[in-house]
Amino acid sequence: MTPAALHALLEKHRHDPTRLVQILREAQDVAGWISPPLITEVAGHLGVPRARVEGVAGFYSFFATQPRGEYRVLFSDDITDRFHGSERLRLDLCSQLGVEPGKLRADGRVSVGVTSCTGLCEQGPALLVNEHAIPRLDDARIAQVAELIATRHPLREWPAELFVVDDSIELRGWLLGASVAPGEALGHALALSPDAFLEQLAKSKLRGRGGAGFSTADKWRSAKQAPGPTRFVVCNADEGEPGTFKDRVLLRRQLDLVLDGMTACAWTIGAQRGFVYLRGEYRFLEAPIEAALAARRKAKLLGRDVLGHRGFDFDVELHLGAGAYVCGEESALLESLEGRRGIPRNRPPYPVTNGYLHQPTVVNNVETFASVALIALHGGDAFAAVGTPKSSGTRVHSVSGDCAKPGLYELPMGATVRALLDACGAVEPQAVQVGGPSGVLLSPREFDRRLCFEDVPSAGAFVVFGPERDLLDVVVNYAHFFAHESCGFCTPCRVGTTLLERSLDAIDAGRGTRRDVKEALRLSRMLRDSSHCGLGHTACNPFLSLYEKFKPTLERRLSSLDFVPTFDVDEALAAAREVTGRDDVKAHLEDV
Amino acid sequence: MNAPRRKLKVATASLAGCFGCHMSLLDIDERLFALLELVELDRSPLTDKKHCGPCDLGLIEGGLCNAENVEVLREFRRSCKVLVAVGACAVNGGLPAQRNHLDVRDCLKAVYPVVPNDPELPLPLDKVHPLSDVVRIDYFLPGCPPPAEALWQFLTDLLHGRTPQLGHGLIHYD
Ligand SMILES: Cc1cc2nc3c(=O)[nH]c(=O)nc-3n(C[C@H](O)[C@H](O)[C@H](O)COP(=O)(O)O)c2cc1C
Ligand code: SF4
Ligand code: SF4
Repeated sequence: MTPAALHALLEKHRHDPTRLVQILREAQDVAGWISPPLITEVAGHLGVPRARVEGVAGFYSFFATQPRGEYRVLFSDDITDRFHGSERLRLDLCSQLGVEPGKLRADGRVSVGVTSCTGLCEQGPALLVNEHAIPRLDDARIAQVAELIATRHPLREWPAELFVVDDSIELRGWLLGASVAPGEALGHALALSPDAFLEQLAKSKLRGRGGAGFSTADKWRSAKQAPGPTRFVVCNADEGEPGTFKDRVLLRRQLDLVLDGMTACAWTIGAQRGFVYLRGEYRFLEAPIEAALAARRKAKLLGRDVLGHRGFDFDVELHLGAGAYVCGEESALLESLEGRRGIPRNRPPYPVTNGYLHQPTVVNNVETFASVALIALHGGDAFAAVGTPKSSGTRVHSVSGDCAKPGLYELPMGATVRALLDACGAVEPQAVQVGGPSGVLLSPREFDRRLCFEDVPSAGAFVVFGPERDLLDVVVNYAHFFAHESCGFCTPCRVGTTLLERSLDAIDAGRGTRRDVKEALRLSRMLRDSSHCGLGHTACNPFLSLYEKFKPTLERRLSSLDFVPTFDVDEALAAAREVTGRDDVKAHLEDV
Repeated sequence: MNAPRRKLKVATASLAGCFGCHMSLLDIDERLFALLELVELDRSPLTDKKHCGPCDLGLIEGGLCNAENVEVLREFRRSCKVLVAVGACAVNGGLPAQRNHLDVRDCLKAVYPVVPNDPELPLPLDKVHPLSDVVRIDYFLPGCPPPAEALWQFLTDLLHGRTPQLGHGLIHYD
């Protein structure tokens, strides 16, 4: 990267260290990777310790601190991608390109690896090439990608149809089906005083859609009342929970509702600045969101004196993440927004009092803000009339896995699991994962349970497993996900997720024993009791659900012996046999 | 005290370790005499016996880095009622496992101009493993090495039939 280009980039970001993640992302776009001299330069110009820049560069999985090739291909490794053959396609692409999986090709031009769920589960398998998503992979598409890379076609000249992402809306409710002009909902909100709008919100009984289900009105009220010279509004669009893709579609189809909701929040709590934190995997949404923000500024929906309300100034910036699931956790997200490693903070204090730059901050999910806009349009009582007593409104479910019509289904809160299974055309499902890996696995006995905070809460994912699937594959995939995504800050989770992964791998390889099950149970308890954040607390859920509800699925994979080695001991001597040329009796070990 | 009715048979071995754990055992100093009142040593670097007879207790220092380590460990498992992984190497692989990110073929070729093929030399495993990867281990005694006090406490607990418990100052320090 030329000094002039770097200078221009830093200038654009006002030499602001809180924009470090954005700066590194854009610098990497130009330079290909984040080299040690680049780190030194950036640190010097921003006036921050070099170690801080290096720490950030090393934290996010989309940042390359080693050359990664002109083309870095990452296959989405969600269990639904695997169901659709992503493993075979990945190996095919590797052999067509002559690369070893996970390694940079000798000419330094291309690498092919895997990444956590990219949020394209209903149109998988999917991959990212230099962070640009290509869905609906099949043999033809893989051959096409291989050809484009082999002929060194510049990425921006690749056929646009490769990158087309569908919205897959299968069932619309008042949220997905809303057709209102930008700012219409905001106009309704601003017709009320901040306190009066907060009252509507309280009447609506809206609860957060990001997972925890906290009362939105209570959250806003706390932020409003917390002392501080300034306040912030943050939209959590990190959507990292495997199997979840509703926010992707809401940001495309109902972006103005989301921004109306954010602006209504700013009005209510008295904030001047807001952020949308978008996961790096959704980079294809960057340009449309920037365009919408620009259009809103023009229409006086953002900027000074919003909608002519003197003294109400509010603007929104877009930040992109860089491949870290933990950054969906609100305090890790705030760290990332401040240009640091995405490590969850101690809680309390909570973001409502000590959020962005330690000022009172509201963090809400995309769907939560969009629901706020509906409340502005229809009133709190109308919203509360939909759903169940403790879970008002509708819920957008991201449905994928073994069903005829994967996609988005908006249903009133409290719909049964069975209703959704019927709607999506699932045939004889043996189980459903609700809420992603950190949620719960439901067996057919539970299909009459209801999807709402009183019964089965959900962060929005609904993955169907047909009768042919081995649920152990699912749990192993999820264990790998957590071990990969653990941020490493606290020991129980850093070590525990890896040990849990190993126990499950051993069982998967037919080398597991009752001891591994016992060990996995012990680790699960430890993760639950002593991890620092929600990632660690929930990392054991898939295994525990399997143990509780599908024990025979687990047990039939155990070896009958009391103990078997976790690896093939004779195979472990093969490398030494090769270089010594030995094959005598002592050059072998029995496998038992 | 619930002292054992007969002397207990104890075997010890150092696999991929540095003998530091054995040295730590010797560090119990004059209490060695008290220990020898309670136990009779079977196979051990201290007795030079080559094979292990039926034992009550086996103490193993070091992890598994080669075929011979695996065989000795298996002999111990077959012979000992209770098997203890002593020290960081036995518990986790420890220092020798630092080589796990290298290809063992490259290591051998880097060290030897001609890689020896004498059948008397044990072949190295491609990775260094903790003991618990290959046999069932009953107790894990962490530390590098576990301090003499911890070894003493652990052994006396075990020999007197108490479930060993190492509290503050022995394995917890904060
Ligand atoms: C590991 C982890 C990942 C999370 N990921 C997300 C996410 O991608 N999107 C989201 O809205 N909330 C996520 N959350 C929940 C947020 O911390 C927070 O509760 C939520 O953004 C609050 O918004 P809400 O009240 O509108 O639900 C995550 C939590 C944890 C512990
Ligand atoms: S629980 Fe896991 S993700 Fe959360 S802080 Fe600890 S190591 Fe990081
Ligand atoms: S644990 Fe420490 S003292 Fe014991 S063998 Fe290993 S390196 Fe030596």
